[in-house]
Amino acid sequence: MNINEWLQNHTFHYSRFWDFRHLVEAKEAQGVTISLCIPTLNEENTIGKEIVIFKSELMSRYPLLDEIAVIDSGSTDKTREVAASFGADVYLAEDILPEIERKRGKGENLWKAIYQLKGDIIVYVDADIKNIHPRFAYGLLAPLVYRPEIKYVKAFYDRPLAYSHGIRPSGGGRVTEILVRPLFSLFFPELTAIIQPLSGEYAVRREVLEAIPFPIGYGVETSHLIDVYNRWGMEAFGQTDLDQRVHRNQSTRDLGKMSFGILQTFLLRAKALGLMPEIPDLNSTLRQFQVNEGDFEQVAYNIVEEERPPMLDIPAYREKFRPGP
Amino acid sequence: MPAMKFGEIKERLKEFRSAAESVREILLANAVMVAEIPAPTFREAQRVRFIEDRFSECGLQNCSTDEVGNGFGILNGDPGEKQILLVAHADTVFDEKADHTIAMLSDRMTGPGVGDNSLGLAVLASLPILLEKLQIRLKSNLLLMAASRSLGRGNLEGLRFFLNNNRQPIASALCVEGVKLGRLSYSSIGMLRGEINVHVSEMYDWTRFGAAGAIITLNDVINKINRIPLPKRPKTSIVLGTIEGGTSYNNIATHSRLRFEIRSESAEIVNAIHEEINDRITEIALETSAEVTLDIIARREPGGIDFRHPLVRRSRDILKALQIEPRVAPSTSELAELIRHEIPAITLGLTTGTNLNQVNEEVLINPIFDGVAQLLGLLIAMDEGLCDEH
Repeated sequence: MNINEWLQNHTFHYSRFWDFRHLVEAKEAQGVTISLCIPTLNEENTIGKEIVIFKSELMSRYPLLDEIAVIDSGSTDKTREVAASFGADVYLAEDILPEIERKRGKGENLWKAIYQLKGDIIVYVDADIKNIHPRFAYGLLAPLVYRPEIKYVKAFYDRPLAYSHGIRPSGGGRVTEILVRPLFSLFFPELTAIIQPLSGEYAVRREVLEAIPFPIGYGVETSHLIDVYNRWGMEAFGQTDLDQRVHRNQSTRDLGKMSFGILQTFLLRAKALGLMPEIPDLNSTLRQFQVNEGDFEQVAYNIVEEERPPMLDIPAYREKFRPGP
Repeated sequence: MPAMKFGEIKERLKEFRSAAESVREILLANAVMVAEIPAPTFREAQRVRFIEDRFSECGLQNCSTDEVGNGFGILNGDPGEKQILLVAHADTVFDEKADHTIAMLSDRMTGPGVGDNSLGLAVLASLPILLEKLQIRLKSNLLLMAASRSLGRGNLEGLRFFLNNNRQPIASALCVEGVKLGRLSYSSIGMLRGEINVHVSEMYDWTRFGAAGAIITLNDVINKINRIPLPKRPKTSIVLGTIEGGTSYNNIATHSRLRFEIRSESAEIVNAIHEEINDRITEIALETSAEVTLDIIARREPGGIDFRHPLVRRSRDILKALQIEPRVAPSTSELAELIRHEIPAITLGLTTGTNLNQVNEEVLINPIFDGVAQLLGLLIAMDEGLCDEH
């Protein structure tokens, strides 16, 4: 597929979808249901506003969303209380599919949402967005509503990093530019057309979500792109420009951990797909250094990118969503 | 809709409160989205546009912006023989560069301008939805207005322009402010708002006797203002609002500025104090050879409706029914302009708040529903002619 042609036909700006009435009519005509999933861990300062805005704009005014759910990893602040007070359905991740061994991570919440939420389409929106706006949901949902061949819509932004003198107009996405895009360029050139492969906001059809595995750590977005690409091709992707996303900036050290997790996921995928069959067993310890009163000392982190199987492999899921003879 | 008696309106206040609570997300989302659009005085266009879009989405008629940037929506009444105006100022004291992010917890919202006056605008934008929910069709046309150029140097220009050019007579009006619930302003005090600038030339002869920098000179001005005798009756005060000047630790300041306000129940006393300040700064300018100027930014005449006016009385009754203590205080904002045009009007507040006009401005969520019930009750009473003077 020609990348420029794909960009032309599969890249959108959220402002194109300003006509909510039309969007809701199109959704209703298709008879699909839509769930919004917000994965959380200690987000009491931002979660309330996010729920209020989505509920007001995309439920009360225009019934685009059928469900707003918070899947929490076990916050120790008032995240769950605040979310429930504004009317979201709040779930503790460990209470969903309790018969399965517990794991913690954002990917775990996203995966369990597939079981817990009822929508034919699920839109995932992070809870740490300071400039939350309805576009973060409808901008991603509209391509799925209007274009049946699209199955997976990613967000992209001009990502500002907060700094001392207001907002810098562009920057960020360091892991994308330094790690993921070079890797995609080497092994999956077509996937480089996805402008922000690591963005935490995306809308996906259930038929896709239930069929792909979920790394529960940093690698979930990268593995999704590779798996959807392999199975459905570039035709299945869309991407929407949501303008700006103001969020917490992460330290270089945190980005190092993130890159380590993504790299693990990527290499395991490459091995499984036969792109790099000779990869030895990977070490799961990331070693970073810090200076303590003039002396260098090593800090080691054990980062294991565990993976959940496709939800369709879980009997309880099949029973709930695909009951057959 | 059959005529409603005042007793019935009071009885329905609980229902109005519940209706407001049932659209809580719409009210709060409107407040957040309004507050996050910067709107310093003279640059309110984007915020007004948002409010206008909200009016249009509710099916209001004649949603428009006028020459000075006021935003309007009209909810047509049946038969629509008179006009009631609801006005909330759209501008804020915050610069565009300030972080306008609003934070929301279960019981409060925090951020620049969230109370003054994003909440007022949000209630205006949500009012058509509330009336529809309550299945209330007003007899009067309801004119909803997001007023531009209200604060500071804006000097109520938006509302003044509208009232000077409006062709439909306004029967009565309500000014809506986010803070504070219980506020009941029905009169305007005499006010003069000014700025004193001291400028010392770079070529100034510092060896001259009595030579001083702009800060010392402004200090002399302040001392002289403080010595002006103020009468206890009519109530009069001089507020020294802000002071600024100089550039660094070790350079003598060549410029300084004082912003102040004279307030009095008597227009004559405001004028007399103005004269007095003028004389004293002229004296200081001559003594020091510094350039001292007085710039008048805004002026209001005292006036208003009587405490016994039915509009004030009904407001008090509604507050009492909601068990809210009225806080009677004169106003120098939109109300003054309405009074100047002899339109019966009051200013009311919607909730409890703190840190007004600071970046950590905060409003409580729960009292908003009482604030909205109060507004609805009073609006219906006005619509029924129960607040008119006979």
